[in-house]
Amino acid sequence: MNLARPPLVSWEAGDTVLVISELRKAYGSIVAVNGVSFSLERGQLLGLLGPNGAGKSTTVSMIAGLVTPDHGTVTIDGVRLSGDTDPVKRRIGLVPQDLALYDELPAKANLQLFGSLYGLSSKALEGSIARVLALVGLADRAHDKVKTFSGGMKRRLNLAAGLLHDPDILLLDEPTVGVDPQSRNAIFENLEQLKASGKALLYTTHYMEEAERLADRIVVMDHGRVLADDTLGGLRARRAGAADGASLESLFLELTGRSLRD
Amino acid sequence: MGAYVALVRKDLQIFFGDRRAVILTLAVPIAIASFFGSIFAGVPGSDEPAKIAVVVVDEDGSTISRAIVDGMQKDAALAVTAEPLTQARAAVQAGTIAVAVVIPSGFGEAAGRAFLARTTRPEVAVLFDPSRAAEVSMVRGMLTGHVMEAVGAEVFAGPQGRALVDESLKNLESASALSGSEREILRTLLQSVQQLNQTGGAAGTQGLMTVPYTVKEDAVTSGANVAYNSYAHAFAGMGVQFLLFAGIDLGMGILLERERGLWKRFRSAPVSRFTMLGARATSGTVLTLLALLVSFGFAMAVFGVRIEGSIAGFALVALACAIMAATFGLLVSALGRTAAATRRVATFAVLVMVMLGGAWVPSFIFPAWLQRVTVVIPARWAVDGLDAMTWRGLGLQAALMPTFVMLLFSAVFGALTLWKFRWEEA
Repeated sequence: MNLARPPLVSWEAGDTVLVISELRKAYGSIVAVNGVSFSLERGQLLGLLGPNGAGKSTTVSMIAGLVTPDHGTVTIDGVRLSGDTDPVKRRIGLVPQDLALYDELPAKANLQLFGSLYGLSSKALEGSIARVLALVGLADRAHDKVKTFSGGMKRRLNLAAGLLHDPDILLLDEPTVGVDPQSRNAIFENLEQLKASGKALLYTTHYMEEAERLADRIVVMDHGRVLADDTLGGLRARRAGAADGASLESLFLELTGRSLRD
Repeated sequence: MGAYVALVRKDLQIFFGDRRAVILTLAVPIAIASFFGSIFAGVPGSDEPAKIAVVVVDEDGSTISRAIVDGMQKDAALAVTAEPLTQARAAVQAGTIAVAVVIPSGFGEAAGRAFLARTTRPEVAVLFDPSRAAEVSMVRGMLTGHVMEAVGAEVFAGPQGRALVDESLKNLESASALSGSEREILRTLLQSVQQLNQTGGAAGTQGLMTVPYTVKEDAVTSGANVAYNSYAHAFAGMGVQFLLFAGIDLGMGILLERERGLWKRFRSAPVSRFTMLGARATSGTVLTLLALLVSFGFAMAVFGVRIEGSIAGFALVALACAIMAATFGLLVSALGRTAAATRRVATFAVLVMVMLGGAWVPSFIFPAWLQRVTVVIPARWAVDGLDAMTWRGLGLQAALMPTFVMLLFSAVFGALTLWKFRWEEA
């Protein structure tokens, strides 16, 4: 098994890095995910949309190795993900929806901890910490405790923690919840940079305008199934009589319905 | 290994980064153990057993009743004061004393008569605090001895006894229930007593009908002239209690990490389950061991507690206690759903464990069946092990069984954790 990460300079658009196939997960009688399949290419941001309870988080959890699928596979560059300690997990970075940080520790100590989980040497870790803190604009706050950070700064640090080990695939679960427009814009710029460097990004959100701005492709899920998998233009083209300017939100509501889910 | 060390270091950083938590973790067990130790301390530097406070109400004032009071006052196990009945009853009701003994008017004469003949026996009233029943039993036993001694002395050597014997001899002739031979034997016996009494209480007759033994008390501690230090047991009991509380905190920490999404990060990394839980067990063991050692260090410096037994044995027991507490914390995290709800249940479980384990009160006051049951309580082995190595002064051998049992509990807690831990992070 060759897990050596390809140099980022060598990536080409169209290189498929992540393939998920026929994923299924049930909790008792409730089927959370039912036969979900899609793929993700380098340098691409895939927007994963769906109402609450659609199965987005469970799908992301299966890709990240947090949940074991009942059926189906997750493969990264042709290598199937299996087991807690599978080295292929190093190719994935997770940015959870929660601010998964220790408030009691300084930003740098948080990053040292999370980087250590990926077996980075001290020297490599120091370099990575400097790189990701610079990327998210927190280099000058490295030694401050996270509890002194604003919500937006915590969100950016949350993103930085997922990037420490330089993953090829970044899973972002609603990474802009509760942040001000400035921080959201900064995060968007970070994501654009990452995309440009060849990272493959899987982005779940409830904000349609975010998906419209960032996503190269959109997968819409509901009731554990994929309802649509296309570019924004492709989605518009499917809808008979839709104007070029039809909003993603109207397309989304047409696909998933208007009934309340909570 | 890097992940393991980083996870342990993180826990230590968080603990030591919170000065208030550090002080509370170390100071609270010390304060409570000091309080418990002082309750059971008795007279500092003395081996003399604690005395039971008793009030005596002598409404008789006879030779016999005065002798009973005198005997009780000389009893090393009793602290006797004389009070009128009203005050005695009020003192018992208020809980300031456990027992009051009331000797009613006419007791001396009636008791002497009942000693020699089949007649109505007089009553001694014992007023007692129902919450201190153990002390009542002890006083009842001691009172019996003093009454027998006082009545016997008077009958064989006192003026009241002489009159009673004369009266009994007179009554003997009219006792129709006796056969001729029985009457003759009794007459001889009473005449012998009369003869003895007429010698005027000559040397040798005083002290007839006394309790036929005396008690020499010897507190068995780690060695001759080594006084029992109640702080040693108090610090063991409270130390174990707070180790288990620290275990709960460890479990709460894991549940809170889960609620904050941190376990998603951990689980998404290529780190094994053993590493994640093992690191928590290690940091938990280090911190609880530290708390126990600081606590005992304080007890040694301030209250003169000593490891009278094996130092290696103490180290083994302390380490096993810490491992047991840490794995108990892991189990709490495995069985709990939310931190808030789990804390209440876990705290209740710990309080029951330490209560049955003898950390608060000695386990000998429990019913026999309960004492047998407590062998399945890990806290009991912990307290017994620490007691054995401190004030009991036992050797390394005595540390092995408690250590083994606590490690066995740790293994069971660890296995249950691996089985029940919620690994999936949806």
